[in-house]
Amino acid sequence: MAVITTATTNKIQKYFMNFKHKFVFLFPGLFVLIGILIFPIIFTIRLSLSGWNSYTPEMNFIGITNYIRLFTDDPRFWESFFRLSFLSVSTVILQYIIGFALALMVWKEIKFKRFFRVIFLIPMMTTPVIMTVIWRTFFHESLGPVNDLLGHIGIGPILWLSDPVIAKFTVIIVEVWQWTPFMFLLLLAGLLSLPKEPFLAAAIDGASPLRKFVYVTFPLMAPISIGAIIIRLIEASKIMDTVFVLTSGGPGTATETSSFYIYIKGLREFQMGYAATLSFTYLVIMIISLTIIAKVLTKLMIKE
Amino acid sequence: MEKLYTFLKYTFITLWTVFIVAPFLWAVSTSFKDFQSVNSKVTYIPWLDFEPTLEGWRVLVKSPARGGVDIVEPYFNSIFVTCTASLVSIVLGTLAAYALSRFTFKAGFVRNNDITFFFISQRIMPPIVLSIPFFIFLSTIGLLDSLLGLVVVYIVLLMPIAVWIMVDFFNRVPKELDETALIDGCNPYQAFYKVVLPNSIPGLIVAGMFCIIFGWIDFFFAFILTFTEVQLLPVKVVALNSSITPWWSLSASALISVAPLIIVAFVVERYLSKGNLSGALK
Repeated sequence: MAVITTATTNKIQKYFMNFKHKFVFLFPGLFVLIGILIFPIIFTIRLSLSGWNSYTPEMNFIGITNYIRLFTDDPRFWESFFRLSFLSVSTVILQYIIGFALALMVWKEIKFKRFFRVIFLIPMMTTPVIMTVIWRTFFHESLGPVNDLLGHIGIGPILWLSDPVIAKFTVIIVEVWQWTPFMFLLLLAGLLSLPKEPFLAAAIDGASPLRKFVYVTFPLMAPISIGAIIIRLIEASKIMDTVFVLTSGGPGTATETSSFYIYIKGLREFQMGYAATLSFTYLVIMIISLTIIAKVLTKLMIKE
Repeated sequence: MEKLYTFLKYTFITLWTVFIVAPFLWAVSTSFKDFQSVNSKVTYIPWLDFEPTLEGWRVLVKSPARGGVDIVEPYFNSIFVTCTASLVSIVLGTLAAYALSRFTFKAGFVRNNDITFFFISQRIMPPIVLSIPFFIFLSTIGLLDSLLGLVVVYIVLLMPIAVWIMVDFFNRVPKELDETALIDGCNPYQAFYKVVLPNSIPGLIVAGMFCIIFGWIDFFFAFILTFTEVQLLPVKVVALNSSITPWWSLSASALISVAPLIIVAFVVERYLSKGNLSGALK
């Protein structure tokens, strides 16, 4: 081990600050990412100002006509957006509560701890669309096991996929199954990294488990919780695979989310220009609302 | 009180385990059924409720010409795309993460945190927003319906994950490590390659696993950007879902597609229990 004098340390500190080659590390990744993304983003903005559709597949310029149409004459988009907000917020809240509960349960020594941890992790490793294909047979209204088993205890067939209200809950069930493990993983990793001292102090004070949770565990976990919730919200806002396979947005438009609506407009009806308008507006709304949610959550959960 | 709590805890854990395992059990059972046992009434247990057949599994290895579902090629396509994109993302992401964790960047109002946020924020981008321009972009340069095109798109999906995990990880690797290496006469590249990297293997494994998971489970881009030449596994399986839906081969192909990553669950758990993950995920 070399002896580090103050002079050398300063020199190295400076070296870290002014190191010319730092760009060699940063730029490959940055430029690849920008290089791949810059075209699609500029193209989307330009496309949103055009009337590109299947009759006139060309980049003409029609000004903000598309935006006027979106803001004055397209309730279906805004409905799909509120539906998306409802679905993503409710699934993330459920995932947080269940994931936190599960993480707390397998945090300390219990029987078969490692077995349960593996089981709890498995759904996030499985491909959502593929599992949704299975869920579709699972919730099949006449040939699926759920309605069959419920039938045995006298509950009549539930229209899991064809009732506009219940279909939403079916989507939530599948989403919770799929992504609670991710929340569980982030929260458990957080719990395992907590310092021991506060818990020792609480134990010496003889705090009950509930008080320990409210005054020690939860505050310590707040920053990790916020991170996990925001990561999950970002991912949940992209809900699409599940809806696509499970209900195709139906019945009617009962489970249609923004992504799915844009998909229909753009790649089924080939109204590329209008779909680009929707995409761009949607992206801007997403960025603004996620930033606000992040700020509000931080205010709510971290008390000085 | 204590007893009630323990009772509730185990009840909850058991119920949740049943909920998680149920679709898998159903799929395993269904994969051994034939037309009769799927469509007459709901059946569960082989031999007791229905006579199991291997038809659902046999179809998977038959060629399409003989009424089979060729799942082997999509399987290798998926492995290729996921691994290549993960590898590129990890290499570029790790380099960028090292730079962001060790050096100070200043350009106008842009600081290190802003650059890190830029990387990570790419996850916000909904796939649909990217898929339409990518569709036109790739068809212009002739990469639509090709493996290379998909790899390019997947890099955008995966690099944010690599940067996110590795920045946090490098922040936890003490700077003294680099400093000692520099004092011992390494140049910065050697310090990174010979000293920091070997000490970051847990982080690299976690980042790699996450890239592989999120690459493997993606459906939407593969669905939009490929048609017949190249098919990835999820697209193939979902395509089975379309017409008459043979539930048995559907279940068999679903099970075989999700199987490889379940092994990853065991690896993640191992790292979790050893405490390596706690530093890497936060």
